[in-house]
Amino acid sequence: MRIKLKVNGKTVEAEVAPRISLADFLRDTLRLTGTHLGCEHGVCGACTVIVDGAAVRACLMLAVQAHGEQIVTVEGLSNDDALSPLQACFRKHHALQCGFCTPGMITTAHALLTEEPDADADRVREVLSGNICRCTGYIPIIEAVLEARAHYADQDAPP
Amino acid sequence: MKPRNLLIGSPMERVEDFRFLRGDGRFVADVNLEGQLHAVIARSAVAHGRIRAIHTGDARAMAGVRAVITARDLGRPVPVIPLRLQPLAELAPFRQPMLAHGKVRFVGEPLAVIVADSPQIAEDALDRIGADIEPLPAIVDREHAEAGETVLFEDHGSNVAIRWTAVRGDAGRAFANAQYVRKETFRIQRHAALFLEPRGFVAQWDGRARKLTLWGAAKVAFANRKILAAAMGLAEQQIEMIEVDVGGGFGSRGEFYPEDFLIPFAARLLNRPVKWIEDRREHLMTANHARETECEIEIAATGDGRILGLRGRSWSDNGAYIRTNGSVAPRNVAQFMSGPYHIENIALSTTQLITNKTPAGTYRGPGRFEADFVRERLIDLMAKDLGLDRVEIRRRNLVRENQMPYPLATITPYESATELDGGDYRQLLDRCLEDFGWAEKVKLDGRLIDGRYHGIAIGCFIEGGGAGPSEDARIVLESDGTYSVYVGSAAVGQGIETIMAQIAGDALEAPFDRIRVRHGSTGDVAQGHGSYHSRATVMGGSAIVLAAEKLRDKLREVAARALGCEPGEVTLDSGTAKGPAGKSLALSELSEAPVEAEATYRGDKHTYAYGSLAAHVAVDVKTGHVEVIDVASIKDVGRIINPATLHGQAVGAIVQGLGGALLEHLVYDGDGQLLTGTLADYMVPSAGCFPVIRSTVVELIPSPNNPLGAKGGGEGEIIPVGGVIANAVAAALADFGVEPMELPLSPPRIWALIG
Ligand code: FES
Ligand code: FES
Repeated sequence: MRIKLKVNGKTVEAEVAPRISLADFLRDTLRLTGTHLGCEHGVCGACTVIVDGAAVRACLMLAVQAHGEQIVTVEGLSNDDALSPLQACFRKHHALQCGFCTPGMITTAHALLTEEPDADADRVREVLSGNICRCTGYIPIIEAVLEARAHYADQDAPP
Repeated sequence: MKPRNLLIGSPMERVEDFRFLRGDGRFVADVNLEGQLHAVIARSAVAHGRIRAIHTGDARAMAGVRAVITARDLGRPVPVIPLRLQPLAELAPFRQPMLAHGKVRFVGEPLAVIVADSPQIAEDALDRIGADIEPLPAIVDREHAEAGETVLFEDHGSNVAIRWTAVRGDAGRAFANAQYVRKETFRIQRHAALFLEPRGFVAQWDGRARKLTLWGAAKVAFANRKILAAAMGLAEQQIEMIEVDVGGGFGSRGEFYPEDFLIPFAARLLNRPVKWIEDRREHLMTANHARETECEIEIAATGDGRILGLRGRSWSDNGAYIRTNGSVAPRNVAQFMSGPYHIENIALSTTQLITNKTPAGTYRGPGRFEADFVRERLIDLMAKDLGLDRVEIRRRNLVRENQMPYPLATITPYESATELDGGDYRQLLDRCLEDFGWAEKVKLDGRLIDGRYHGIAIGCFIEGGGAGPSEDARIVLESDGTYSVYVGSAAVGQGIETIMAQIAGDALEAPFDRIRVRHGSTGDVAQGHGSYHSRATVMGGSAIVLAAEKLRDKLREVAARALGCEPGEVTLDSGTAKGPAGKSLALSELSEAPVEAEATYRGDKHTYAYGSLAAHVAVDVKTGHVEVIDVASIKDVGRIINPATLHGQAVGAIVQGLGGALLEHLVYDGDGQLLTGTLADYMVPSAGCFPVIRSTVVELIPSPNNPLGAKGGGEGEIIPVGGVIANAVAAALADFGVEPMELPLSPPRIWALIG
């Protein structure tokens, strides 16, 4: 099937088999390998991307369902040279070790803070509880996201 | 030499983070080669059975399927996975074949490899493999394993693989004369490391050069290269193992599994690159499980609470085969049962039982988590029985500074004597009490507040680190004035590039941004022993210190020639070589060619970090939920390279330990079917579970056993968690007379305990 969608601001047109997940499409066809696969059954959150503003598990969505949508992946939340404020907060708080869960954490946190820049610690925990991190114990991730709130409150279109 | 201390000890932000935060990490699933094929593994759905036939014709006939490989295609004898650690002859019969033949012994055991043009075709072909297996009774518990009516290995004739013993003093006499004795049975459940990135490989065979390249190596690339070379009939030099980014290890990733051989084998057979990425269900069924142990242990003490002895037996459910490091945890359960305490008389054994479950291996704090649960429970029970304070009883029994180095019980049959290398154990117990706020919190003990019962507990632990025999490092001063540091240690997500650069920077007296660290791949150094047993910093870091010294000597020689003086007259100072009479030279101008030095650090004395951990829980007896309100820990690692990354490891370890204490359980039914094959069934901690973890790491007493003075510290805080949480639950539910003897403390278990 032929699909047309926007990925990280660029229009993409491609032929995809109906069985291909959005995650596989992003990773294998577009070579956007920042979207990670930790379970492929919707539990770990490593594959989280932003579809029309909402955090979505790319392993549970078919590529053909993304036809006409606007997709943002972790690559789309990154600047060329410097870290975004959210990324810089993650680094400052040592909110990553192996880094495998990190893209999913960044996309999920970005979607949350864009909608709710005043989310409190409980809310951040609640939303991130859909993303597994096996290394950090989550505490530094929560700290990083809480600190990043200021950057979302200040401006209209972060990062 | 002690390197100067500018970078070491500073909480540097990590160099790794740039790529990970931007999605630029390169994990094995991100490696793609031109013309690659995709492999999937057909696995046994039967826990125990005799293979009558594996029908592959239908799968082979599918368009796009390039090969279906069964044991028959591997030649005779079918290669087996050797033991990397404790390679005893009596364990040889239990080694796992690369593909099952004759029998299958656990659900998930590899039967065949399908290689196809795409992962989708390969997966479709899986359904066309017909495995004709005659089922045999499955052995899934100790009772049936020991009874031996059904055995997994007929030639061996029993399901008992080996018995480890730990001996010290004369336990018989100590128990005969003791005023106090108590014996209990404890059970620790099967759970697993569960790193987040699934395993995987990309293998490429270059037929002309007869060279194999394997992406996806981790942890112990050199050891695995040796195993792979033997299994494939190649020389080690024909194989290059490449470590890309690694999504967590915790002891389990990077050990040699069948796929480590099968994927390269397929690549050579087909003369095409072959890629295989595990899925989560496969991971839960086939990557090493851990911890399942039953312990019948007895403690002896004087009436005033001085521990005189420990004796008893443990049984570890090893699963179907003994893998590369399968004996580490069982032996550790015996040797480390005494932990940080002075216990003169010990007679302990652990029997490794073979069952129809996934083979077991190490998981962070192997054997120590299990042993600490048992010992710390026994100490609290003893305090209660004797009417003594549980803190005081610990303080009284901790090994004292003037007893160091302190020899632990001797293990047989694979002797490795070891001694605690020093520390002020009592000071950290006291500091933990203070950090935790014990004096205030103890007032809550056993109290019912807003419908929940509160309880607190504290425990003490040691963590082994710095396993030998050696590590290599090579440092090159490049012609642009930057240093390339190559080290045999491997990355498993612990920030090794940052830490090694800190060590190298101080040793070379060079700025951080001039140093680039490469690690873990076989092309970088002559030999490497990798990352396990909290050894990367201690061993790899020490090798870097030695290589830096050598390089600086060389640079002085080169500079002396250029400056026309003696090497002894040259001083090196961040980027310049200074001679007598004010002559100086930039290091980058020293020579056209890169200058390099390589060094090996040898040492097989282990380091022992140590500390204490306290927890406060609240138990809802209606829901059975145990809420962890607060955890505080403290640990001494002798010398801290990066306090921020170390703190991160401590917090991560505690949360993993809480998962093991409260949530995680790999459950089998009576037929040997794994019931927890997805992350929806196998519960790991999530962001909402444990919000308050306070962890401190200090550098109190350096280890005498290496030039850095550092003690391996990547595992420690997981070790005491099971025992401390169980003791806190016992304290909370004292009114109900609850004494947990089994993990995990899940809601159904809490209900059962309350009765
Ligand atoms: S890979 Fe999509 S949720 Fe785990
Ligand atoms: S940093 Fe390793 S899983 Fe989160």
